[in-house]
Amino acid sequence: MKILVAVKRVIDYNVQIRVKEDNTGVVTDNVKMSTNPPDDNAIEEAVKIKEAGKATEVVAVSIGEEKAQETVRKALAVGADRGILVKTDGIIEPLAVSKLLQKIVEKEKPDLVFMGKQAIDDDCNQTGQMLSALLNWPQATFASKIEIKDGKLEVTREIDEGLETIEINVPAIVTCDLRLNEPRYASLPNIMKAKKKPIEQLNASDLGVDITPRIEQVKVEEPPKRKAGIKVSSVAELVQKLKNEAKVI
Amino acid sequence: MSVLLIAEHNNKGLKPFTLNASTAASQIDSDVHAVIIGNNCDEAAKALSELPLIKKVIQVEAAHYENFVAENFAPVIVKLAENYSHIISSANTFGKNLMPRIAAALDTSQISDIIKVIAPDTFLRPIYAGNAFATVKSKDAKKCVTIRPTSFDPCESSGGSAPIEKADPGEEFARTKFIKREEVKSDRPELGTARVVVSGGRGMQSGDNFKLITSLADKLNAAIGASRAAVDAGYISNDHQVGQTGKVVVPDLYIAVGISGAIQHLAGMKESKVIVAINKDGEAPIFSVADYGLEADLFEAVPQFLEELNKLNTIQK
Repeated sequence: MKILVAVKRVIDYNVQIRVKEDNTGVVTDNVKMSTNPPDDNAIEEAVKIKEAGKATEVVAVSIGEEKAQETVRKALAVGADRGILVKTDGIIEPLAVSKLLQKIVEKEKPDLVFMGKQAIDDDCNQTGQMLSALLNWPQATFASKIEIKDGKLEVTREIDEGLETIEINVPAIVTCDLRLNEPRYASLPNIMKAKKKPIEQLNASDLGVDITPRIEQVKVEEPPKRKAGIKVSSVAELVQKLKNEAKVI
Repeated sequence: MSVLLIAEHNNKGLKPFTLNASTAASQIDSDVHAVIIGNNCDEAAKALSELPLIKKVIQVEAAHYENFVAENFAPVIVKLAENYSHIISSANTFGKNLMPRIAAALDTSQISDIIKVIAPDTFLRPIYAGNAFATVKSKDAKKCVTIRPTSFDPCESSGGSAPIEKADPGEEFARTKFIKREEVKSDRPELGTARVVVSGGRGMQSGDNFKLITSLADKLNAAIGASRAAVDAGYISNDHQVGQTGKVVVPDLYIAVGISGAIQHLAGMKESKVIVAINKDGEAPIFSVADYGLEADLFEAVPQFLEELNKLNTIQK
């Protein structure tokens, strides 16, 4: 079985983002970038499946600017066998990403495609589902547990009401939740080894997909600020304030 | 053109966020039709027809719609879509799972999780865990939009009498099979719609200690929330998680106990009307969004909180 894992380069989750003064977006210059956190879970799961002898190859793919190569390289350092980088400029919407991934899937013919359930930059939560629609494959979104049984996957999904279990046939798409596993850190020897693993570079334009944005980003603003609150000195004072000032209890 | 709302239900009745999504749909166009896809869902279809904002209900039934599998639902909506300018659903796990499958089939770039309708083609949505708000304008002829339910008031649930039309079901998608759903049953208010939410974080130190949160929630008739750290540590189940990748809540009162206030958690609760933080670390980021902060050991403060509440003659429900 072959697993393709899609990884996205995003602003690190610990960075307090800043909106650009001209309201065209957020500041990304000189800001720490990392792999989108649930994409780390996706890579980890694929590598674990390979280590368990149930997959033969793990291929990491990223779509983005040249520097997204670092994100692919990181996936190689934690166990992916080779990488693919599809180079694009500017904002690329989930619909365009899923069309590019469709082309990669047609070329690579994986049995499974894994990715994070949501990217923490645009918070869209669309790409996996869109890719499954384009391929007409089963989708298991928000996965917190994956079991492989006779060429089928039993996937536990985190839903608002609790947990749901579904069984899907391969080939399929799985979008991963943060609780799926504990992503490993890359060891120094593995980081060195990853430098020798191949990364194929393509341009989005080579894939024959129209990736022109369909959504105009009119402006990006700071959210309204909350009024500064107060510190209370005791529980009694807190309860009195909630009762008589805020009138919420 | 009209707006098509995808109703969320459990075959017996409507899920509450359908009312919020109806409000959002009606702000795009007053001609709102709603589709309900399910199995033996007459009761839910009737409830839908009684929402005064809904002008027509389309009911699609088959055994394979019993469990809301997106692969079965999407083709039904894609087929209906030609008569509509917009397809709308809630941005909860139901809508998040389903809508992109519809959007891709319609070759539409979906707009997720809007918090405001600015114009029929222009919407406001949070990005970067709510640390920036983007105004976005769709250039697609057909628009697929998911709405953040807590940003729209629920509509009236009675007084309407929309006609219910039946439509033919589609084929079953045989490669995806529903097995089971483990719902956590509770008599408490639902986290997404509760007036008061009491949440615990890593500071609770164990699942057992969450009893303190439960007692406080009982007293205040509150829903119970949790930070991702508390869920990851196994103190409480995932359906309680508040945050960027969990639930977004906007209660009148949010009480954060032993929660430091990571960016991801703030994304899920910082629009609450009144926020209380109880934390022994005075520098914790949660205090930056709290209206009332109490720097104290939660294991002393929460029992005192209960005592103080006991002294009150009345507590709002």
